[in-house]
Amino acid sequence: MDGPGRDPSTFPPYLYEAYRATVRRSPKQPLIPLPQTLSEITGPGPAISAALHQTVQGAVGAEDTDLTTNMGTGTEAMGERIIVTGRVLDEHGAPLVGTLVEIWQTNAAGRYRHRVDQHHAPLDPNFLGYGRCLTDTNGVYRFVTIRPGAYPWQNHPNAWRPAHIHFSLFGPSWVSRLVTQMYFPGDPLQPLDPIFNSVPTGAAQARLVAQYAHDVTQEGYALGFRFDIVLRGPRATPFEPFEAAQRATR
Amino acid sequence: MSGRALTPSQTVGPFFHIMLREPMNALATPQTAGTRIRIEGVVYDGDRAVVPDAMVEIWQANAAGRYRHPADLRPAPLDPAFVGFGRCGTDERGFYSFDTIKPGPVPFDAQRVQAPHISMLVFARGLLDHLRTRAYFDDERANADDPVLHLVPQQRRPTLLAEHRTDAGRVVYRFDIVLQGDRETVFFDL
Ligand SMILES: [Fe+2]
Repeated sequence: MDGPGRDPSTFPPYLYEAYRATVRRSPKQPLIPLPQTLSEITGPGPAISAALHQTVQGAVGAEDTDLTTNMGTGTEAMGERIIVTGRVLDEHGAPLVGTLVEIWQTNAAGRYRHRVDQHHAPLDPNFLGYGRCLTDTNGVYRFVTIRPGAYPWQNHPNAWRPAHIHFSLFGPSWVSRLVTQMYFPGDPLQPLDPIFNSVPTGAAQARLVAQYAHDVTQEGYALGFRFDIVLRGPRATPFEPFEAAQRATR
Repeated sequence: MSGRALTPSQTVGPFFHIMLREPMNALATPQTAGTRIRIEGVVYDGDRAVVPDAMVEIWQANAAGRYRHPADLRPAPLDPAFVGFGRCGTDERGFYSFDTIKPGPVPFDAQRVQAPHISMLVFARGLLDHLRTRAYFDDERANADDPVLHLVPQQRRPTLLAEHRTDAGRVVYRFDIVLQGDRETVFFDL
C-alpha cells in the first residue's frame, strides 16, 4: 500500500528560490511518507461529479464550457476565440470518465476578474474567466474561451507571466488531485518564467504546453489547442469488508 | 495500455477565488448524522506571518466512518446528507474554518484501525504543489494506536492534533497550519 511518492523528475520542488514566494512558504522538514490508506484511495471526485451531473446536467454543457458567453451578459467576450480540449487519463493511459475539470484565466488583456489583481489592464464586462465541465465517456473535456493575455507580477524586475490557463482536477482519489497551469506553444516568456522553470525537466515542462491542433480548429470560428492531462491513480485496490472495518463501525 | 508520464503541478496562484463562486465550507446540514464540530485555524508562513491567500481543502468519512466513494465497499452506512468535501480560502487574517461533523474511525489495514481524522490539502501562491496533511482530534483516545501518527517522530506529532475547545456551546477544534519553521506542520508524501 506504499505509494511511490512525488516523482522529483515531474513535480517542482517546494523550494525554488527564483520564485520568491516559495522561500517563506516551503516546508523545511522532510515530507513524511504516507501509505495509501482508505483515506487516500478515496476522494471527493466521484461525489462532486455525481452532484454536478444531477444538478446542472445540460447547464454544464450550455453554460460553463463556453467562457466567451458564461458571464451571462448576452454579449461575447473580447479576444481571440480558442478551443481548448484534451483527454484526462490515468498513468496507465485509461481515460478518466466524468471527472470534473475547472479552469480559470485572465481576459484577453491579461487581467483577472479578482479583487487583488491590480494590473492596470481593462476588465472585460463580458468575461468571467472561470469554466468547468465533466469529461465525457472517452475522458475528453472541451472549452471554448479566449486566448488569455500575459500579465506582469512582482517576483523580479520586469517579470511577466507567460499566457496560461489554470486547471484544477480531482480525479478518482485524494492522490489524484492536481492543480496546474496550461501554457501556449511558442511563447517566448516561458523560459523567463520561474514558475514554468520550476518544473524540473524539459520533458516535464513540455507536458504543460498545449499543442496547436488544426483538427480542433473550427473553420471561420476559433483556433484549436490540445492539452492532455495525466493524473496519478491510487495504488491500492478497493477496500473489501473485513473484520477490522466492521469492528470500527460497530 | 501504455504508461503515461504524469502532468506536473503548478501553483494555484493568488487568483483562485474565481473557483469559489459559492461558500464550500459548510459540510453538515441539519439532517447530517454525527457530532457537529467546527474545525478552524490560521495558515502561517516561515516568518510567522499569516497567509491570506491560501486555499484549504478537506476530505473526511461520515460519522459512521464511511467514505462516499466507490472504493469504500464496507457495510458501514452512507449518510445521504453528507459528502465529506470542503474548500475554504483563508481571509486577510489567514483564517479558515469548516462546519462539519466528527468523522468515525476508518480501517488502516486488515487488522488495524485509524483514529478519526480529516485529510487536508493546502494550496497557495508560492506552493508549486499542494501540501498534504491530516488533522486528528487531541481529545481522541484512539490516537495512541493510530498507525499513521506512529510514522511521525513523536516530537512533531502535536502539529497534527487539532485542539478541542467549547465556544458558546459549540465544539471547536483549532488546527493552525505552519508552512515552515518552528512547529512546522507535518506534511506527507503520498
Ligand atoms: Fe495566473
